[in-house]
Amino acid sequence: MHPAYRHLARIATLAAFVLMRATNADVLPDDRADLFYSKYSGGGMDITGESVLVRKKVTDNFAVEANYFIDKVSGASVDVLSQASVIKDERKQKSGTLQYMHDKTTYSFTYINSTERDYISNTTHASLSQDMFGDLTTLTLGWSRTRDEVGENDGTAFIPKVEWLGHAESQSYDVGISQILTKNLIAGVNLEVITDDGYLMNPYRSILIAEPGKPPGYSQGAQVYPDTHTSTAIQTQAKYYLPWRAAVTGSYRYYTDTWAVIGNTYELDYTHPLANIWILEGRLRYYKQSHASFYSNLFPYADSQNFMARDQDLASSENTTIGAKATYAFLPEGWKIFKRGTVTFDLSRISYHYLDFSDPRGDEFSDFSEYPLYHFNATVFQIYMSMFF
Amino acid sequence: MQIARPALIASVLVLSCACSGIKPWVAPYERDRLADPIMAWDRDAISTAYLDHTREAREGSRGATGSAGGGCGCN
Repeated sequence: MHPAYRHLARIATLAAFVLMRATNADVLPDDRADLFYSKYSGGGMDITGESVLVRKKVTDNFAVEANYFIDKVSGASVDVLSQASVIKDERKQKSGTLQYMHDKTTYSFTYINSTERDYISNTTHASLSQDMFGDLTTLTLGWSRTRDEVGENDGTAFIPKVEWLGHAESQSYDVGISQILTKNLIAGVNLEVITDDGYLMNPYRSILIAEPGKPPGYSQGAQVYPDTHTSTAIQTQAKYYLPWRAAVTGSYRYYTDTWAVIGNTYELDYTHPLANIWILEGRLRYYKQSHASFYSNLFPYADSQNFMARDQDLASSENTTIGAKATYAFLPEGWKIFKRGTVTFDLSRISYHYLDFSDPRGDEFSDFSEYPLYHFNATVFQIYMSMFF
Repeated sequence: MQIARPALIASVLVLSCACSGIKPWVAPYERDRLADPIMAWDRDAISTAYLDHTREAREGSRGATGSAGGGCGCN
């Protein structure tokens, strides 16, 4: 299992849901086809993603959508490097969505299958969206259920030897309200609760146990995770149309869970169109979290706690993102069956800093505290074309 | 689900109120700016989901990143 894939299926359901909600104003969105390419580089990992999405209205009230996503990973994160293995893997995801609209209510049902050599995930998602109060308010309710089969590949990329370790089940409940406040201002609140049960750890990670006095100052040990996890996140956001034709968006998210992780996310976005041909967008994001209750950079001895983890996702950390996006509109008059098209370029730079997670690579020390705290920069590039018909 | 139940009750109450005929304070003809594509919560769902994915893979936090509700109700 790749940590990077852990939540992708659930996010993919969200994508389908957001796509539905993006334009639900008593009509279903336009038919569209999208081609998508992405590349992530950072922290020793290179991940490329390719995707195709087709959405088609069968009738005025009923639409279907299909999405295929494949991503390829090479390299390894700092945790995996410390176990001297390098990953080369591929994940394929297929999803289908049915959507039905009746009056001011839109119903959606999505099924997703995600498969990689050592991880299989199946998700079902159902949601409804209701416009009310003269269409000033939109209420959305969603529910998802995911079942994951978790394995570990002890072989190589070319000759895999997968041992299946267990499974995990996850359920998600979300409620969202979007509210028009003035003719220039719209605001929203989202609440999502997610529960997990089963095999929840990443089998490719391990803990470090202190061995002072001789390099490298530590040995590796087995991690032990709880088998349940419940998280609650609430996000508020507002979008304002400026006195000139541009929009600014601000959002804040508070996160807490039963593993004692608390996260705060702040985001600011500015959108500026140019002559109905370009839409330019800049964004800033800051995130900070506290570590999980059973996380430690270095454990004093084996079995020193009931639960033990040294997963970088559970460490205290902060990161800052600066991003820019440019969308170019073409075929404004349409061509053949197409009404219009857009091409979008998106580039983000993310700077990660860990506050209690050391990088044990490089020079060896007999005193673990001499290892530097880990930090890295990542670049995320996306290009995609959308054709509307 | 302790938290989901109150949320469900609140949602039902809101849905009930929706039938009471509250007069919109922003009339449909005043929503031209809200109908502008730059005011959409999320113009590119696949892209946003991908960025959320890259973040969630390296952060302990998850969830509630969906843009609540749709557009502006401009039609």
